[in-house]
Amino acid sequence: MTRQRKQKLFHGLCFFMTTLTVVILAVLLTHVVMEGIEWISFEFLDRFPSRKPHKAGIKSALFGTLWVISLTAFFAVPIGVATAVYLQEYAPKNRIMEWVRINIANLAGMPSIIYGLLGLAIFVRFFGFERSILSGSLTLALLIVPIIIIASEGALKSVPNSLREAAYAMGARKWQVVIFQVLPSALPGIMTGIILAISRSVGETAPLIITGALGYVAFTPESISDPYTVLPVQIYNWAARPQVEFHGLAAAGIVVLLTVLLSMNLLAVIIRNKSQKTRTS
Amino acid sequence: MKNDSTSKFIDRSFECILLICVAVSVLTSASVIALLGKESISFFTEVSLSDFLFGTRWEPLLEPKRFGVLPLVAGTLFIVFGSVLIALPAGLLVAVYLSEYSPKRLREVLKPIIEVLAGVPTVVYGFFALSFVTPTLKAVFPTTEIFNALSGAVVVGIMILPMISSLCDDAFKAIPNSLREGGYAVGATKYEMVTRILIPASGVRIGAALILAVSRAIGETMAVTLAAGATPKLFVNPLESIQTMTAYIVQVSLGDTPAGGIEYQTCFAVGTLLFLMTLTLNIFGAKLMKRMPVGLSS
Repeated sequence: MTRQRKQKLFHGLCFFMTTLTVVILAVLLTHVVMEGIEWISFEFLDRFPSRKPHKAGIKSALFGTLWVISLTAFFAVPIGVATAVYLQEYAPKNRIMEWVRINIANLAGMPSIIYGLLGLAIFVRFFGFERSILSGSLTLALLIVPIIIIASEGALKSVPNSLREAAYAMGARKWQVVIFQVLPSALPGIMTGIILAISRSVGETAPLIITGALGYVAFTPESISDPYTVLPVQIYNWAARPQVEFHGLAAAGIVVLLTVLLSMNLLAVIIRNKSQKTRTS
Repeated sequence: MKNDSTSKFIDRSFECILLICVAVSVLTSASVIALLGKESISFFTEVSLSDFLFGTRWEPLLEPKRFGVLPLVAGTLFIVFGSVLIALPAGLLVAVYLSEYSPKRLREVLKPIIEVLAGVPTVVYGFFALSFVTPTLKAVFPTTEIFNALSGAVVVGIMILPMISSLCDDAFKAIPNSLREGGYAVGATKYEMVTRILIPASGVRIGAALILAVSRAIGETMAVTLAAGATPKLFVNPLESIQTMTAYIVQVSLGDTPAGGIEYQTCFAVGTLLFLMTLTLNIFGAKLMKRMPVGLSS
């Protein structure tokens, strides 16, 4: 084989692999939609799970997801952003802070199931929150705090120093500089990070199964101490059953879940692009 | 004057509040270590460490109970090797295409599409494995069981591919153009430039990407729980059901195990092993990732 042909062949191979990856995504999405489409209806969103597939729906899972995600964001966002602000704006350059950073990076890479075990031991058992929305949300909050920290730190880093110096020159205190100058300027980047972190927690299944999200919940939760289920756990339950009808329900649930996630990702992309445009102009 | 001191007070308390938030992360790590340590110690007072690490049968829910973790480790390792075998070559080629071949505008479309694959929840991959990959495998190999190791490895491979391709893409981007041009100047084709300059020069970071992907595959839970089954086996047949470490933890959690019992503690013993494996890989991977490409260290 000549060198030129080798090069052409290699180019073709790289192109083929990239196309294949996109095709796999397309196959995954169309497969799920094809399996689930006949089960999706307005009633599907408005019914509780049931032993009879034709009467089953995801109302309790949707409400559960909404409760869990709101509470998770309520705990995780302030802690994550504040930590990033400290690390970026205040932290002295010493070994302790270096160690804290490594520690956060490791937390971000820790398998989600370990967070599940942590939540089980601490929130479910030790604090006695039982298998409630509160236990699940606190567990997920711990899981996404490192993600929010890393994303926010990146956003804060990109704020030009001249902005800080200008504020100091006007006689501003450090907290004023941070709150009135640095944070607003880094806000688009921080928002993007927060949305992506929350969308990660919307899809999390394992930690919530371990901290006790239930498979069968025939009511909508009314307080944070209620038992609950969430969309991914409901999907898992249906997918794990042998009957084909329940697989259709699982697929329908996945279509709803992916719609939520893709719109969140889209929102993040829009915010990112918009801020890039205003930056460069 | 008074105004100045209140302002100073606000400044100080603001910093304090921030520092408390930093403490949350430190506390999280500390409690993971304390918790896994404590539960493991009480587990290992009942089961000897060597029985756990070198025992070849994992039957903690049967009588007589056996606590040899090797079958679970074997299941996990099969998933890791299988998925990496798929994702590493594929991810590398995708990264080469994106960074060296694709027109800029196409690249801007392709990158976010591939990122979507990384954002799909793992339970969805589990469903995909059960309802698409396994039936496809069955059409090729009729002896394929409903739950099988291969199907799990395939979907985990798809799942870690975007991670490998984006880390390798970053690694290629860090290679200065002068290196590429040097290659072309001595008459290399693009293929020769990629295989003899680009890939060797970013070797360390490709290795780091591999390590981080392995760590991800080890911790992967829902896809393998749904796809690969719940039968711990030391000798893995790809077409049969297996059980990974993570899948075992989920299996026990779905049953109603009383706190403090030995079944409850097995989860933490397995969890500790999982934690140590992923932590080691993550630290090692992050260290490699920071190294400069070969030949550019000065």
